[in-house]
Amino acid sequence: METLELKNLYDDFRDGETIKAYAKIIAEDAAELERPINIMEVCGGHTHTIMKFGLPQLMPENINFIHGPGCPVCIMPKERIDHAYVLAMQPDVILVTLGDMIKVPGSNGSLQDARSKGADVRFVYSPMECLKIAEENPDKTVIFFAIGFETTTPMTAVLLDQVIKQKVPNILFHINHVTVPEVMKELIDSRDIHVDSYNNKIDAFLGPSHVSVISGAKIYEAFPRDYGRPVVVSGFEPVDVMEGISMIVKQFVEKRCELEVQYKRVVTYEGNLNSQKLMNTYFDKVSLFRWRGLGNVPDSGLKLKEAFADYDAEVVYKDVLPIAEIEDHKLCICGDILRGMAKPPECTIFGTACKPTTPIGSCMVSSEGACAAYYKYGNLI
Amino acid sequence: MCLSIPSKVVRISEDKTMCTVDTMGVQRDANLMMMDDDDVKVGDYVLLHIGFVMNKIDEEEALASIDTYKEILELMDEEQRRQTILDDDNCAERGSI
Ligand code: SF4
Ligand code: SF4
Repeated sequence: METLELKNLYDDFRDGETIKAYAKIIAEDAAELERPINIMEVCGGHTHTIMKFGLPQLMPENINFIHGPGCPVCIMPKERIDHAYVLAMQPDVILVTLGDMIKVPGSNGSLQDARSKGADVRFVYSPMECLKIAEENPDKTVIFFAIGFETTTPMTAVLLDQVIKQKVPNILFHINHVTVPEVMKELIDSRDIHVDSYNNKIDAFLGPSHVSVISGAKIYEAFPRDYGRPVVVSGFEPVDVMEGISMIVKQFVEKRCELEVQYKRVVTYEGNLNSQKLMNTYFDKVSLFRWRGLGNVPDSGLKLKEAFADYDAEVVYKDVLPIAEIEDHKLCICGDILRGMAKPPECTIFGTACKPTTPIGSCMVSSEGACAAYYKYGNLI
Repeated sequence: MCLSIPSKVVRISEDKTMCTVDTMGVQRDANLMMMDDDDVKVGDYVLLHIGFVMNKIDEEEALASIDTYKEILELMDEEQRRQTILDDDNCAERGSI
């Protein structure tokens, strides 16, 4: 039997009749719209699906996708990466992190560069692996460089919970967790001020699903109610995304403005209450967290509560950590891209000086970044 | 790519911190510490993310989506199937929203 390539298999399945059926429904409904609508997908997982399956091509002309800031790697400002770099270079430190973080350039280089200079930088699949690393290296300090939105925050909280309960003496945390609703508000407010190249605004949101599994759909309540923006929480499969978009378009046609959940199989209104409790035990909001390209977003970041300062690498190593804010390469327009005000090909060095092998900005580094998705799937719209 | 295939809980450790789940025939361990003590029972369907059980999945919905995934997975050979299921949770980009 001919072995099936996994990729083709997915493509066949996901590019199937259901997607086309949804495309038809969306087109029919969209014909009744009075004006074009711009839908922002906040999450990088959605951007990836949208680009990979060429969903923009399936949309009628009056439905436009705007890519949001939803990738923890893309939004990490350089000064935080510099923190990680400096920590990694300290004697007897093992720096541990998740995902593509290791490749993002800071002002001295990336964590990968730190590693080639002899630093012990490790990439783990689950934060709990830190426990094992700490046990095997009793004479080293393991610093967990924690990244991610509400989805991964509870895992960091579980790790800290265990560190405390098991009295592990050598694990510290550098917290870079950020929260989604605050940045969505910021995007609405700032885009109402800025006039972008399309002179458009965000009309509706496709809500991130894994965030909502933890925090519940309730975190988006304010958007339809106070901002007049519908939110539909959707799953990651192309069929999920198409259904989510169809639900948004229906709301506009029927002149409704609501919070709806497409991804009912896992997202509830309340979310995972135990995880929420864990997060509240260990984390406080920081009044300002600087997002790469977006600047300071009020109440959008988390830090360890004062009571746990002994576990906070930012406190323990405060004398060596740089404090200056660092701007991006002047040609890089990641800021506008993360705000949904420009698309990657509008960057003058997209695909030339900046590509996945030699990234200038993090939107190209992270495989979830919009630039990387455009580069990889060649959707140069 | 993340299929978010529902996994069925087949065993729970005595201290309720870990469980063994079966994802369409492939078994692995997952951390239960994000859930309340009696939230998850043997036989429940759950969603995993970076080695943790994130939440329960509604059984009816779980079975419906498993049917869809089955169609894909049945077309693969043994090794491919195992890898796909493991990859579903091992995605390097996890940590994303
Ligand atoms: S192409 Fe590169 S430099 Fe341009 S915006 Fe994207 S990441 Fe930044
Ligand atoms: S990045 Fe997240 S959503 Fe995307 S495939 Fe990986 S786990 Fe799934």
